[in-house]
Amino acid sequence: MMSKIVRTQASFLYTFILIFGFYIVAHGHLTPGGGFQGGAVIATGIALIAVAFNFSNVKRWIKKTHLTAAEGIGLLTFLITALIGIGTSFFYNWLANSGLIFGQRVSYGVNPGYLNTAGTLPVMNLAVGIEVFGGLGVIILYMLNYVKEVRNDAS
Amino acid sequence: MMLLNLPYITVAILIAMGIYAMVYKRNLIKIVIGLSIVESAVNLFLVSLGYRRGGIAPIYTSAPSTYMVLPTPQALTLTSIVIGVATTAMLLSFCMVIYRNYGTLDSRKIRRLRE
Amino acid sequence: MIWDTLMAHSPALVIIIPLLAAFGTPLIGRAGKKYMYTWILCALALTELMTIVMLYHVFTNGTAIYVMGANPYNLAIPPDSHGIPVRIILTVDAFSSFMAFTASTVALAGGIYSIACEHEQTGQEKYYALLLLMLVGMLGMVLTGDLFNFFVFLEINSLASAALVAYHVDKGVATEAGFKYAIISAIGALMFLFAIGILYGEYDALNMAMIGSRMQFTNLDKIAMALITVTMAMKAGAIPMHYWVPDGYGKAPGAISAMLVTASQASLYGLFRMSFTVFGISANHVTLGWFIIILGVLSMFVGVTMALIQHDIKRLMAYHAISQTGYMLLGVGVGLATLGTAAFNQYGLAAMEGGIFHIINHAMYKGLLFLTAGAIIYRVGTSDLNKMGGLGHTMKYTSIFFIIGALSIAGIPPFNGFASKLMIYESVYQFQPVLSIIAMIVSILTLASFVKVFHSAFMGPKIHNVKEVPRSMLIGMAILTFFIILFGLFPNIALHYLVKPAAEALASPMGYLSRVLGGGP
Repeated sequence: MMSKIVRTQASFLYTFILIFGFYIVAHGHLTPGGGFQGGAVIATGIALIAVAFNFSNVKRWIKKTHLTAAEGIGLLTFLITALIGIGTSFFYNWLANSGLIFGQRVSYGVNPGYLNTAGTLPVMNLAVGIEVFGGLGVIILYMLNYVKEVRNDAS
Repeated sequence: MMLLNLPYITVAILIAMGIYAMVYKRNLIKIVIGLSIVESAVNLFLVSLGYRRGGIAPIYTSAPSTYMVLPTPQALTLTSIVIGVATTAMLLSFCMVIYRNYGTLDSRKIRRLRE
Repeated sequence: MIWDTLMAHSPALVIIIPLLAAFGTPLIGRAGKKYMYTWILCALALTELMTIVMLYHVFTNGTAIYVMGANPYNLAIPPDSHGIPVRIILTVDAFSSFMAFTASTVALAGGIYSIACEHEQTGQEKYYALLLLMLVGMLGMVLTGDLFNFFVFLEINSLASAALVAYHVDKGVATEAGFKYAIISAIGALMFLFAIGILYGEYDALNMAMIGSRMQFTNLDKIAMALITVTMAMKAGAIPMHYWVPDGYGKAPGAISAMLVTASQASLYGLFRMSFTVFGISANHVTLGWFIIILGVLSMFVGVTMALIQHDIKRLMAYHAISQTGYMLLGVGVGLATLGTAAFNQYGLAAMEGGIFHIINHAMYKGLLFLTAGAIIYRVGTSDLNKMGGLGHTMKYTSIFFIIGALSIAGIPPFNGFASKLMIYESVYQFQPVLSIIAMIVSILTLASFVKVFHSAFMGPKIHNVKEVPRSMLIGMAILTFFIILFGLFPNIALHYLVKPAAEALASPMGYLSRVLGGGP
């Protein structure tokens, strides 16, 4: 457990890291970035919390099973989104230009880009974001677990 | 002209460094670091393949000129980075399991397979 | 109508089904083990069924292509792309579907076998998820028509296999083997990626057919070819790069050893596909062919001599796997060395058929042998041959399966090893008699080695008081035995439906190229 200053800063920064990660995930089809990068940013939030607070507390707050479930759900969402297009072909962009969510037509010419476009790409970015957040979170928790055990053995 | 080849020279140096670390270092973690260096070198190679002088980021909706860098090598690099993260994480967790069982990371002492 | 749609989409479905099942496994695993086993078995059986549908599709309609995300699904070159295939493409010719059939059959047997064999282990849902991912990697490698996609599936395959090799931690020894395997495959894959970068920089394409048709064979291409050939030979376990094979195969769980055989063969597929289709049009066939032949002969001979001195049953079998890989390299190498000459029709094609037939035979009998070795270890608890003995008294079925596998690997007539080895001997003898004689000597040494194993494990007085292995393990072994006997008694079935189309597809790269580049639907 770190000092009170670090803990306060960490709990303050955590929200911003989450928001920034979500921003990168959500704008994956417009700007550089996307599911993997955003998910990795969100997972650094977990790393920050795990470093700043007592690890046994963190284990109670963040359950590995939940993260594993997030991983599975993200991957399944990704694959099912791709699978719905199989009427035409696997990975077919069935949402684009359909008028539904994310289904707006992309306008020509120089423009800042609109969130409500690109069809299945944002959906897949969200799915990948959830999956990477879960996967990297699990990796961080497992690795910290091992560190703890080794230290206990030594003392 | 020489300056344009600089990325490729860096790639060669990095690959040599990585291979050196993987062959001559005895610590398993250093071997993993060597692998990561080789991986970065290959990624750098891919990105510099797609570079065009004066090109801008390949985003269609915000492109004032028509000259962009190639997007495909960047996509390849991204995929390669993701795979690299998975590989490194797995290798490091192997290192942790080995350390717990053997009490060392020295590759000269980790030879139970041969017995 | 539904049947046509199913056939058309079969290349994608073959990959989707195990992928979906793999990601679903950790979620289903929470509901209970029974549900998970049912889920896994359904997924593996469905994959096998889809592979057979795809096999039929390719056999009747010729090379199939499937373009991800295109409208319609077989539009390889969009009209506004200036003649460049831009999307990820699955190109399935007869050789690909043949390899996919091999991989999914062994995976089905391995999956059924694992249910009893890994019953007491923890983390089973991860084991099965990784097993399915490994299958996805193999299937993707053999089906894809895109170099970078090949790399991605290669990495999926390597990561899943390395994690599975280390599944029984075994006081860290299995982890050591897994670490070795992971490092070797990671560095190999990076070199492969480097070669892809070189080819992309030169030809602005990642599509195998596109690169093949634009191939100039400059010095840079030679570097790329060397990198790809060496990487693939290393992953296939050919001799100078074989050091990971005995460790990896020896420490993996039984079913995974059997699947590692097909994983190596997927790399072998990569080697053949690159040499024939991508570099084959302009490369010097004779040099490349002789390179593969020499790799093959070295692997055959050194593998079997190293096997003779082993006393660990799985390490011994791993060295035999290296040795048998040599036969495939020899057969297909002779085909490559004679490609385009009159000798090709005389004996080159027959040698290729022998080599390709040996791939499926090897997957079946070596898979069976690894499964029997896993059964012995499951009951006896050791893999040291000196500590075994007299197992034939109680483990009757296992010993019968072992005899069938051992006779088949040694090339004794009623089993499938004989059929493919005879084809290799006959055709290679016309090419270069010495090579054929070496192949025969290796076969005799293989028989000697397996007689030793059989004697020390199954014969003699009863030392261990063990029972027969559970039924699901026997079913897994029986599936492979069925194919061994089928292909042994009726080799013409396999030759006509599987091997001949595969060899012809591999030998005519122009057909492959024109199917992809020849325009849309």
